[in-house]
Amino acid sequence: MKKLILTTTALALSASMAFAGGHGKTVRMGTEGAYPPYNFINDKGEVDGFERELGDELCKRAQLTCEWVTNEWDSIIPNLVSGNYDTIIAGMSITAERDEVIDFTQNYTQPDPSAYLAKSADVDLAGGVLAAQTGTIQAAFVAQQGWTLLEFATPEETVAAVRNGEADALLADKSFLKPIAEEDAELMLLAREELIGGGVGMGLRESDGELRAKFDAAIQSMKDDGTLNALIVKWEIGETF
Amino acid sequence: MSCWDTIADYGLRSLGYGERLLPRSDFTLCQQVVLIGSGMLWNIYFGTLALIAGFVMATAVAMGKAARNPVIAKISAWFIFIFRGSPLFIQFFFAYFLFLSLKNAVPFFTVLTSAWAGALVVLFLNTAAYSGEIFYGALQSVPKGEAEAADAYGFGGWKKFRKITWPTMLRLAWPAYTNEAIFLFHATTLVFFSGFPAQSQRGDALYYANYFADKTFNPFVPYPVLAGYFILLTLVIIGLFGLINRRLNRHLPQERRSRMQMRMPVLR
Amino acid sequence: MACYLSTPKHMAFYWSFGTVLVLLAITAPLALVFGFGGATAARAQLAPVRWFGKAYIAVVRGVPDIAFFLFFVIALDQGFEYLRHQVFCPDWDQPIRQGNDFLVCPAAKLPLSTSPQVWHEIYGFFLAVLTFAIVFGAFAANVLFGAMRAVPQPQLETAAAYGMTPRQTFWRILVPQMWVYALPGLGNLWMVLIKATPLLFLLGVEDIVYWARELGGTKTARFTDYPHGDWRMWYFGALLLFYLAFTKLSEMVFDRVMLRLTRGQATLAGEAQRKAAA
Repeated sequence: MKKLILTTTALALSASMAFAGGHGKTVRMGTEGAYPPYNFINDKGEVDGFERELGDELCKRAQLTCEWVTNEWDSIIPNLVSGNYDTIIAGMSITAERDEVIDFTQNYTQPDPSAYLAKSADVDLAGGVLAAQTGTIQAAFVAQQGWTLLEFATPEETVAAVRNGEADALLADKSFLKPIAEEDAELMLLAREELIGGGVGMGLRESDGELRAKFDAAIQSMKDDGTLNALIVKWEIGETF
Repeated sequence: MSCWDTIADYGLRSLGYGERLLPRSDFTLCQQVVLIGSGMLWNIYFGTLALIAGFVMATAVAMGKAARNPVIAKISAWFIFIFRGSPLFIQFFFAYFLFLSLKNAVPFFTVLTSAWAGALVVLFLNTAAYSGEIFYGALQSVPKGEAEAADAYGFGGWKKFRKITWPTMLRLAWPAYTNEAIFLFHATTLVFFSGFPAQSQRGDALYYANYFADKTFNPFVPYPVLAGYFILLTLVIIGLFGLINRRLNRHLPQERRSRMQMRMPVLR
Repeated sequence: MACYLSTPKHMAFYWSFGTVLVLLAITAPLALVFGFGGATAARAQLAPVRWFGKAYIAVVRGVPDIAFFLFFVIALDQGFEYLRHQVFCPDWDQPIRQGNDFLVCPAAKLPLSTSPQVWHEIYGFFLAVLTFAIVFGAFAANVLFGAMRAVPQPQLETAAAYGMTPRQTFWRILVPQMWVYALPGLGNLWMVLIKATPLLFLLGVEDIVYWARELGGTKTARFTDYPHGDWRMWYFGALLLFYLAFTKLSEMVFDRVMLRLTRGQATLAGEAQRKAAA
């Protein structure tokens, strides 16, 4: 048994040796690919969205070669710290909890208010059922309020739950909900909004200080010359800087 | 906070008792063990009820597949094929959608959209199909002589089934059925993983393991804890089924007793 | 409609069926090898080896496969990189674990961070195959262990009487004969394996479930040329048909093989064949 594992390792070793070397350092950008307008997979099957454009521009400014990879939201942080990609750029709000494990660049969006999506304007939040995606700040918020929380694995399922009446409302980032509410006459955003989280930033390994500094500088330069604001307006990601 | 407090706070959290909020910082090993254990209650609930209800239906399905009436035989065979031929993961997904649309038509079905009832129905049908196939196989290999002997004694219809065919079928099917039971309990972890939502953070063992992996960003503690619980559960199942097996075989001479071999089960 | 069904994204969806088939094609023999190793170990003379084999079978079978998949890939990945780290960078002075970070020297990264994305995907696929093989190897070991015990004892005793060494007996008598007994179990295992593939997306491989979810999800007009509602029902329906058809096909093949194998065997089924022919 043990011998077997070792042989396969050796195979893997020699295989990867063959294509070692070559071009310079590539930075691998990890994203979810299921959270428009931040990031999603377009008809061509490529990563697209606000963060795609932003990330490409940042890499250009920092003179890095970048490559996009998608990963399930559930395991996006463990895979970063174990080195399968170098950054998380996936609409991830900067929170204290996450900051203990990974590092964030400065935020590249204003703190995005979280909005409620519902079928009618007079939903009783405290008495009703609220849907949220598992492992998001919104899910934690709803649980903390003591409201009835219904958790789904993907954002898509939370919207479906409101549509079919399984949940009375859902809580998520406003910029994610806005296009959905505009398109579907049945659904609307409530006037009430919550300010949770400290804006979205890029996540990096704590040991990767150098890379973080590079991206930080690039974000700053985009903030300074207004290109970031233009992107925010284009993709309708809340307030500009 | 000592571990006893944690048990008091979170021991029944999966059922909605105790502390409302899940731990959010300073995670201890004790919290993980207690909460994941609390989630195991759901796995045991799903597994046990589905197994018991499925057992009855499986017998019916096996009889149906072996029936002379071609309509009944075809229906039973298709039932088995559909549930055995498709991944449970996808069955859960479809069931959830189906129950939702049923609910819109008839409010009576509302209860099925929550995991505790809806997922139970899926697991029940699933295990009925798998066990039905196992029982069908066993039914086919009931020795002809036993049936002839029953006829000779003037046993007929129900009595023959109750006294002769059924016990022998069970005895033959038992080792494979044990495996099915183990697999059923393992399958309960899929409930909150596909389709069915978790309400107010009341989930099964995998849900909590996932929660901790998510919060601590370290999968190496919660999942092995979960694995440990399941190994224990598996041992208990093997033990219980072994006892029943002894009873089923008690009339046989020692060397002919069908051994509790852990042969490969009829698939999940 | 034709346009919609032939977007590059749909092409990726179609390709992923291929991914699943390739995975099955590689995993099945590999799992068999693991199973053979496990079964052999479980009946070894040497106690530690025997314990190892038995523990492998018992532990892996006792744990739901989904729990395995959720952390095993990262564990394997880190394990490999740790080994490579020891080999390539013996004089690396920094700790590998810095807080939560897992840091090996750049040369030990798998694949190297300079290698193109396709290698990362292949590596991810390879890890998935290995994980599947380890999990299903335990089940295969269990089947083969049973099959080895099912070979009639007199056969082995006769071999010993002819002066064969235990090794010769094992390879020349036991192994060739055990397959008949193992085939039904292995057939079932194959079916289980087919139905475990929807969990592939947990392992980070973009499989059919991943794409079905992605394609079926609601699309608003802003982000795509083909906006539509929640179509996951239809996509999952297609998966359902795929699995049903695949299962049916496998069943037919196994029936054929079993028919062949039982020909001329002194079993009940073989007897029935003989009678039918006569």
